[in-house]
Amino acid sequence: MSCKLLVENLNLYYSDIQALKDINMGIDEKKITALIGPSGCGKSTFLKTINRMNDLIPGVRITGKMTLDGEDIYSSSNDVTLLRKRVGMVFQKPNPFPVSIYDNIAYGPRRHGLKNKGRLDEIVEKSLKDSAMWDEVKDKLKKSALSLSGGQQQRLCIARALAVEPEVILLDEPTSALDPISTFKIEDLMQTLKETYTVIIVTHNMQQATRVADKTAFFLLGDLIEYDETEVIFTNPQNPKTLEYVSGHFG
Amino acid sequence: MNRNKRAKIADNIATIFLYIIAILVIVLLTSITVYLVYRGIKSYIPKYMSFSPDGLGIQLFNTLYMVLLSIIISAPLGICAGIYMAEYAKPSKLTDIVRMSIETLASLPSIVVGIFGFLVFVMLTHSTWNMFAGVLTLSILCVPLLTRVTEDGLNEIDQSMKEGSYALGATKWQTIVHVLLPAILPRLVTGIILAAGRGFGEAAALIYTAGLTSDVSFSNWNPSSITSPLNIFRTSDTLAVRIWYLKGFAINPDKYQIADMAAAMLIILVFIFNIGARITGRVIERKMIGSSAIKSKKKSKIN
Repeated sequence: MSCKLLVENLNLYYSDIQALKDINMGIDEKKITALIGPSGCGKSTFLKTINRMNDLIPGVRITGKMTLDGEDIYSSSNDVTLLRKRVGMVFQKPNPFPVSIYDNIAYGPRRHGLKNKGRLDEIVEKSLKDSAMWDEVKDKLKKSALSLSGGQQQRLCIARALAVEPEVILLDEPTSALDPISTFKIEDLMQTLKETYTVIIVTHNMQQATRVADKTAFFLLGDLIEYDETEVIFTNPQNPKTLEYVSGHFG
Repeated sequence: MNRNKRAKIADNIATIFLYIIAILVIVLLTSITVYLVYRGIKSYIPKYMSFSPDGLGIQLFNTLYMVLLSIIISAPLGICAGIYMAEYAKPSKLTDIVRMSIETLASLPSIVVGIFGFLVFVMLTHSTWNMFAGVLTLSILCVPLLTRVTEDGLNEIDQSMKEGSYALGATKWQTIVHVLLPAILPRLVTGIILAAGRGFGEAAALIYTAGLTSDVSFSNWNPSSITSPLNIFRTSDTLAVRIWYLKGFAINPDKYQIADMAAAMLIILVFIFNIGARITGRVIERKMIGSSAIKSKKKSKIN
């Protein structure tokens, strides 16, 4: 089993508040890794360090090392736009652009310089097929993305992320704003995605973690408390704090 | 009377009150328009409705031409300044001062801007009254308005849309051009309508800059010739300036009738422009956003 992403002694500070403390973990390729923990535990912050979205927040300081296929994500020679092409992200709230469905999917490839119409058509079709929504929208690609339902918008955002052919996909509570049926569809989709992509998901929903994740990491107050096979975390955790959390005693 | 009933009555009163205000605004607008157009028609003298040296065609052309030129100059400046203020400027004392200056500039009396235009664009360049000086002066009036509209629009955009673009590996500039500006396009169209409206109606800022007369021939389209309508260094009076001049100083015996005609023309022009700009804006929006977005946007308004 190879580690796609390796994290060594990672610390993150918002000005003088430390949000992540000495994180060490390796994330497996083509698996689903869930990050769980109570609000404010640092799991979303950790997710955002992987595609450097934290760069956008003033006052963030990061020490330690994070490598993707052995390449240091935070080395100055690493182009952040190329990193984000390799590490896609889907957000908590569906955030389609106010343009057509087609233009949403084509957005990433176009920004990375693809102009060929035929090639773009192929990518749009493939991404929508991979996110299992081609049949729903193939007749209305020119329609506004905003006309879709919330669940469809979220799958569109996944398709949009797939269109730049990433290697890793980060999902930040992707179903927290969706109804159970849409949630089920996205969980289903994740199982297909992991055949091709390395998936990392932040979730507040512990059942979701047990349903979808191969491995689960439990964060608490900026510390990585425990990281193991999902089954172990939920049935036989080594740390009493993990047990307390997964059995619903706090958080 | 119980509390519930009282709240309901207050709600009804507020609704009726707001309806009355809205009706008042509409009545005011229509009565002004109808009155001016009526006076214009009553004063109609055919020979002034032409592009001959006596006709108002010249002022009509000047008005459109100058507003167009001032939008061409002020729109890029105002929009870029707005982008800078919203996306690049770090919050600091300096940015606060810049923002306050823009606001002050937006509320300067136009006669003051006109005198500034006269001193800088006419005196300093050792020229005489000319259209280009007028256009630049109009642009000074339009830039702060467009800056403000752009900055406010960008600040109100959902942050998550920006994140979505960055997360796909887009650069800041790509995000601005391909996500943020399209998203605020309807507001930019409104801003340009407002700016143009200011140009159409402006007289004070143009008196000392573009001049009070026009001497052109509509058979001469060579832009380098001083009597060509296209020449931007000729003197050029707009409809609004013409009205002011006729009402005050002209010695033409028909001057009041001409002024009425000009006023009617101006108000019709503004109407046509506003409607045209809105339709254009909607067409562009539909093209960019996709067909059903506008409908779904309207649906989301709850009664």
